[in-house]
Amino acid sequence: MSFGGIVSLLLIVGGVFAAALILIKARQDVTPARRFGLAGAAALVAAVLLVVADFAGLRVLAGGGGGDTPLLPLADLIDRAVDWLVTEYGDALRENISNPIVYAIGFFERFLYQGIAWPAMAIAFALFAYHASRKWTLAVFVAAAFVLIWALQLWKPTMQTLSLISVSILVTALVGLPLGIAMGLSNRFRTVMMPALDFMQTMPSFVYLIPVVMLFGLGTFSGVLATAVYAAPPLVRLTDLGLRLVDKEVMEAATAFGASRSQKLWRVQLPLALPNVMAGVNQSIMMALAMVVIASMIGVRGLGQEVFYGLQRQEPGTGFTAGLCIVLLAIVLDRITQAYGRRMQAHYRAGEH
Amino acid sequence: MSNGKRAKIELKGVTKIFGDDPARILPMIAAGVSKAAVLEETGHTVGLYDVTLDIPEGQIFVVMGLSGSGKSTLIRHLNRLIDPTAGQVLVDGEDVTALDAKALTAFRRSRMSMVFQRFGLFPHRTVLENISFGLDLQVSGRPGREANREKARIWITAVGLDGYEDAYPHALSGGMQQRVGLARALAMDADILLMDEAFSALDPLIRRDMQDQLIELQSRLKKTIVFITHDLDEALRLGDRIAILKDGEVVQVGSGEEILTAPATRYVADFVEDVNRSRVLTAGTVQLDCVVVTASEAPAAALARAGNGELQVTYVVDADGKLLGAVTGSRLRRAIRENLASMESLIEPVQTATANMVLEEVLPLTLQGDLPVAVVDGHGRVQGMLSRRSIIAALAETAGVVNPGQ
Repeated sequence: MSFGGIVSLLLIVGGVFAAALILIKARQDVTPARRFGLAGAAALVAAVLLVVADFAGLRVLAGGGGGDTPLLPLADLIDRAVDWLVTEYGDALRENISNPIVYAIGFFERFLYQGIAWPAMAIAFALFAYHASRKWTLAVFVAAAFVLIWALQLWKPTMQTLSLISVSILVTALVGLPLGIAMGLSNRFRTVMMPALDFMQTMPSFVYLIPVVMLFGLGTFSGVLATAVYAAPPLVRLTDLGLRLVDKEVMEAATAFGASRSQKLWRVQLPLALPNVMAGVNQSIMMALAMVVIASMIGVRGLGQEVFYGLQRQEPGTGFTAGLCIVLLAIVLDRITQAYGRRMQAHYRAGEH
Repeated sequence: MSNGKRAKIELKGVTKIFGDDPARILPMIAAGVSKAAVLEETGHTVGLYDVTLDIPEGQIFVVMGLSGSGKSTLIRHLNRLIDPTAGQVLVDGEDVTALDAKALTAFRRSRMSMVFQRFGLFPHRTVLENISFGLDLQVSGRPGREANREKARIWITAVGLDGYEDAYPHALSGGMQQRVGLARALAMDADILLMDEAFSALDPLIRRDMQDQLIELQSRLKKTIVFITHDLDEALRLGDRIAILKDGEVVQVGSGEEILTAPATRYVADFVEDVNRSRVLTAGTVQLDCVVVTASEAPAAALARAGNGELQVTYVVDADGKLLGAVTGSRLRRAIRENLASMESLIEPVQTATANMVLEEVLPLTLQGDLPVAVVDGHGRVQGMLSRRSIIAALAETAGVVNPGQ
């Protein structure tokens, strides 16, 4: 057995020990002293099996997962599954789902940078900011940010990005809110969803692009889909959290006065969860903005594309100005959504009424 | 029932066990395994065990116990915020535990309303909207809601919150918030009101205000009120009847006076030891027998019956039995020496009390003269007497006499 083999053996045995410890800890009837004993036994069994397997020629410990072909051909399986999806349903998906949505997005995009004159847009956003925060300073900042974007001659890509973000967040909300509500109401569903959400958030965002592009091709729709998937977890989580944070006695009161399940949800839980839901929308928007540059690699137009050009053509200025616009857009959207979230709480915070 | 009122709510052998598999634990407890042992061995908590209670109509029924005694669990069984592991809850003879979801919702809307310890108000609704919440659940559309707002306004006035209709709960003080909670419950117009430590979160002065307000409202509304508290003074003040709960079991049920004068167990006795007895004991309970003579009797005859008490006090009544005053032994002896034919000139005025007055009210009367206070009925007829000494003796008596037969 080589040195590397010994190190990996130790790592594997340690991992099995830790896993066994975690599993046993969940059972209350096992005393702490016995827990270590049981976990040790599990790790010992694992070590023996590994060494036997190594001598039997499977080369588990030597690294590389067992020679020329992987022991577990997961990559191959996924490749074949996606290939099958593409050949069987690719055309149908493109025609029925992707095309109409791409058309709608294109329409929205053109509306944003052709349908409305840029000063009107800037004023609309400034008013929006004032309505949300009741602060002139924020309104002035928003207007100034839009003027700056226009002055940098990045108005069109900014509006394209804004359109991508808006549509993605809409998709995220349509899928994420029901999921979050279901999680808030059902412990069992929550147990299933939590690891799924962890997985979605931890998986590098780049990975989402591959199957999406195979199914829907390069372009806006794939960008929207990848962005929506990447941005969904915070909204789902915070919706669930918001429902669960509603005071127990308030829920008891609703039940005691004869509220049905749906009445409790619509009249008590959701209104009280709204500030958290709004925080989720805010976080999702920030996640979506983080996806902008990555999405440009699959042909999504907008500010991300400008950044990408800057990289390809070795023009740091182009990259920086486009990045600055992303930052400005992020600040504007963040402040406005946060202010709305605060206003939703203002109704029932002492002193503010 | 001893007081002749029929039971509005009956609990029959209600048992609640918290845990994964409560049904498995039932035979263990029935076999006499202690609650501590059940928790240790199985991880199950016994919340209530075999609680049987009759709650009479139109009275305030107080359930009292320390934290962990199961009193909040008990009240939540009445409207099934908690389902029992075993046993039945009957309201007007109807088994609440057998109701399906739909019937249960209807039951909660029409028969019972509830006031919570930390108020349980809806922070996103105004005072007016909070009070009409329960009513709003039963209507759809604006006209119905407007009608509910009008009903809610009546209760806003009843609890003294005029002018706060459009305030949000967080802008109100604790006492005012609980008034909203009370109005919200009363607006449901249910004949049963559940109050779960409703005043425990309030400052002492505010708490007393709220107790007064509840007593005042109850004198008009005559609802069946189940009131949970850990505060014995509050229990004695409000409760027509009191049940004492310990470790999920009822240890004694009775009027405040019964519990004070005849505690069923050592636990109850310890519990009532520190209570202000002068607020609970009534003149009728501690009064002494007394001698009554009519004004027309001869002084010698009166003295002969006066016995040899401290002052040899004799109450003098007219031909109808109405109290005129009292004479002392020394005055009677002087009358005999002076050969007076009648006692009328000897009679001194005395303070009177009624049998239902608490000692706290009687005590000042005894200080207004040397003669003992006469306890009289509604027609002015003498029932007994209370000397300063007898009152102090009653107040000083520790409740250490265990009398399990009661």
